[in-house]
Amino acid sequence: MNPSPAPRVGVLALQGGVAEHAAMLRELGAEPVLVRTPEHLAGLDAVVLPGGESSTLDRLLRLFGLRDPLRDAILGGLPTLGTCAGLILLSSGIEDPAPGQQTLEVLDVTVARNAFGSQVDSAEVTLPWGDDGAVVRTAFIRAPVVTRVGEGVEVLARHRGVVVAVASGSVIGISFHPELTGETTVHERLLQLAEARRSLPA
Amino acid sequence: MTDLQTTPAQPTASDATPLTGSPLVKRGLADMLKGGVIMDVVTAEQARIAEDAGAVAVMALERVPADIRAQGGVARMSDPDLIEGIQAAVSIPVMAKVRIGHFVEAQVLEHLKVDYIDESEVLSPADYVNHIDKQRFTVPFVCGATNLGEALRRIAEGAAMIRSKGEAGTGDVSEATKHIRTIRGQIAELQAVYKVSPDALYVKAKELAAPYDIVLEVARTGKLPVVLFTAGGVATPADAAMMMQLGADGVFVGSGIFKSGNPAARAQAIVKATAFYDDPARIAEASRGLGEAMVGINVGDLPAPHRLAERGW
Repeated sequence: MNPSPAPRVGVLALQGGVAEHAAMLRELGAEPVLVRTPEHLAGLDAVVLPGGESSTLDRLLRLFGLRDPLRDAILGGLPTLGTCAGLILLSSGIEDPAPGQQTLEVLDVTVARNAFGSQVDSAEVTLPWGDDGAVVRTAFIRAPVVTRVGEGVEVLARHRGVVVAVASGSVIGISFHPELTGETTVHERLLQLAEARRSLPA
Repeated sequence: MTDLQTTPAQPTASDATPLTGSPLVKRGLADMLKGGVIMDVVTAEQARIAEDAGAVAVMALERVPADIRAQGGVARMSDPDLIEGIQAAVSIPVMAKVRIGHFVEAQVLEHLKVDYIDESEVLSPADYVNHIDKQRFTVPFVCGATNLGEALRRIAEGAAMIRSKGEAGTGDVSEATKHIRTIRGQIAELQAVYKVSPDALYVKAKELAAPYDIVLEVARTGKLPVVLFTAGGVATPADAAMMMQLGADGVFVGSGIFKSGNPAARAQAIVKATAFYDDPARIAEASRGLGEAMVGINVGDLPAPHRLAERGW
């Protein structure tokens, strides 16, 4: 048996906090792949949609013909983690979209953008994570929140009573930035999904 | 405003109080702007055009640098009504400028909840000795720099983002090129010194007139501890892509968009070229049919007293 090669994890690299995710994935033993064109989606074991400006990311995804191939890959079961703007991209709807702003509609939640206020309200926070008393140390930066959770969507974390982390099937969406604080819990969960998918018979 | 000196570095899990205004939170927003274009706007309508074109943020001001240059006089912080009008018009971050050293203008902008303050040489300086003590604020600051020492002094004062200065309001990109090349070159030099004779970094810190700890960090990591954008004279998609290829994390475009023939098309073209800065075919595509670029002024034709990049110390 050959030793299993490192999982190849795409990071959508059109704009935003790309390098931080790539560094964390590398630290966890994965091979980060910068995704800028549809061809870059081939052979990935998982993908990360990073933080950035969601309206800019949406526009660039459509301008460069990446929206539909990315959406198809996620709907096809590619394990996916969206952080902050990435969560907005994954969602099925935005309460307060920028004019003409669209989403990928692959995660049945509704989100509200900049839900905690402007940058002076951005903060480092310790969040309870899961049921076993675990916490994640992380940061909210002009963060969105989940205002409606669809059927079958699991709530992973709340902040001040508001939903800030969800999962459904192989898709994880979070409002915050574990990649800025070096918090590996959420990325490890993504890599577990990637591993589970790789071990399926082809 | 928070006093960072008294902020606990490692809040515990039981600490329910969110920590606002920390260096990580301030620098974090700049991280999310990387690969993007920040556009100067003077009206809510321009701000909407910028957002629609894919800008990651807008800089709200009363006059773009080209007009400040043409009209002369003392340039100051914008009217709060103008800033609030722009904040109401868009959902992307809104930045605004204060004069160098004018900490009360900064207090006003923090009160208005702008997302980033630019302590800018484009406005008339309010203090020819001191810059603002930016560590005392919750709102993050971006500052201009023409070289590494200047950048590190601003970071020591609390700047959470640096932009190379260029020569604003000219449409001439040559100064922006010089400043980003200088900063990147000086970083490479520090790295080389660190590898060969790290004890020489003390003298490097003296030469750069910057704190040793930050000099050491840059020498070790080979990059600034904050995001580095470039600014000043960027007027075309190719200008923006060149700044990215020279190592900028993103681009400010001031007069270049709304002083051109077709602002909406040019704004979108610059966004595209910034995202695909290493792809000549896409830059070519983005450069087609944009109409007239801003006419501009060659920096060499500007008498020295009118060069804005020389403001800041």
